[in-house]
Amino acid sequence: MKTPVIVGAAECDLGVTNKSILELQAQGVTRALADAGLKISDVDGIATNAISRFSASSLADYLGIEPKFTDSTFAGGSSFEMYVARAYHAVASGQCNVVVISFASNQRSAKSRSLGGVVEHHTPEAQFETAYGPLFPLSYYAMAAQRYIHDVPNGRAALSEIAISAREWALLNPKAYRYGSASLTDSELESADLISSPLRASDCCLVTDGGGAIIITNSEIAKNLKSKPVSILGFGESTTNTSMTTHRDLRVTGAKQSGDLAFAMAGVSRSDIDVVELYDSFTITTLLSLEGLGFAGKGEGADFILDGKTRPGGSFPLNTNGGGLSYCHPGQYGILLLIEAVRQLRGECGDRQVANAKLAVAHGTGGILSTNATVILGAN
Amino acid sequence: MFPYLPHEDAISAPFWAATRERKLVIQYCSTCDQHQWYPRAICISCATENLTWREASGKGTVDSWTTVYRAPAEGFVPPYVIARVLLSEKVIMLTRLVGIESPACDQVVELSWQELSDGRALPVFG
Ligand SMILES: [Zn+2]
Repeated sequence: MKTPVIVGAAECDLGVTNKSILELQAQGVTRALADAGLKISDVDGIATNAISRFSASSLADYLGIEPKFTDSTFAGGSSFEMYVARAYHAVASGQCNVVVISFASNQRSAKSRSLGGVVEHHTPEAQFETAYGPLFPLSYYAMAAQRYIHDVPNGRAALSEIAISAREWALLNPKAYRYGSASLTDSELESADLISSPLRASDCCLVTDGGGAIIITNSEIAKNLKSKPVSILGFGESTTNTSMTTHRDLRVTGAKQSGDLAFAMAGVSRSDIDVVELYDSFTITTLLSLEGLGFAGKGEGADFILDGKTRPGGSFPLNTNGGGLSYCHPGQYGILLLIEAVRQLRGECGDRQVANAKLAVAHGTGGILSTNATVILGAN
Repeated sequence: MFPYLPHEDAISAPFWAATRERKLVIQYCSTCDQHQWYPRAICISCATENLTWREASGKGTVDSWTTVYRAPAEGFVPPYVIARVLLSEKVIMLTRLVGIESPACDQVVELSWQELSDGRALPVFG
């Protein structure tokens, strides 16, 4: 058994790039390899999606390599946390030595995002849900938020606090889409367009280009590299639904299972964690993940965050790059959770660096709260 | 108002046929004594293919709801209210709420219908 570690991490260009998906992929991969001190010819494993029907094959061909391991698990934004688990096993067993996990999207430049999502006529969802006209995935998250607000007294204020906190972090991150803007004000939040009630534009992630890559190899190879390796301490995942009607309780997500598995494997407790990166496709996503992962009890997430502890300088640094809400959201944000967690653990985050960050959680969600995947990383 | 005409297949055809007579039918497994939504080839508790169709009571409560302000695709005319309704048969359906001024979670609702252009109809609640 070899010990897998993360040795490289980098973003491709973010925001509005006017570049193709594969050009952005090549950027992210080569930057992450340069960060690690490795070459494209060293790569013998690829995990990626959303390039084409045969995404990993496309990227291998584009990079000019013939990998021994590929994975194109397509589970929305949590796919990249899932790839860490797949790559971990592939590297630990010796199936391959250097895996690149990468993603890129040009959705803003290409105007390829639709509010109704992608409808596949043969699926049960298309047969029994599409005709009613939900926004996809937005209206499902909106119903989760509606239920949360109905049940939890400070629910609406807590959703806003997630957005306010993310903006504060983005103001410290020169790469953030909202860098150079201003703090979110109450009047901005209250006057933002309703998209699918109770969610307003200020509760919804950005629509940007972007992505990036991380590199996983074994600790033997890592010894000879220039970068500080980051340990992969635990992971877990959960797949719950594709229909909007299957899951009984909108307030309980697969984060419970994925988090419990990851923490058990890592052998650390919630209070040991220094930095937390939780997918914020919508403000409600982060709140439900906080509770599901056990950082707060069910219905207690609102009071947990309302004292401002997730903002810069607070005791619970959350979404330290500014998140999908204020930094970058290229459709599947999961890779960027991992990149930020790695950088925090390497102490490279400048103004937004969390002091003495030793343990980080990256937690992805995908679809309509359909998939959850948690990764726990440690500094060396 | 309802521009999307759902496809149907051999499993879902009885559901759609019943909507032409404004009947909401739901799959039922007599072995497990439970309903399931959406229609499937098997019971998700015991895997039998021996499922029957039962007419629903048409009574339910709102699990949650959302007013949609943007059109998901051409032909939809927002605003309208999407909801998850928990039927008394203990299944949750995605649907619309119609004629309710201010919807609320846990509100009691009853079945009504909205016609599709091909003679089928969508179960909605109000
Ligand atoms: Zn059964």
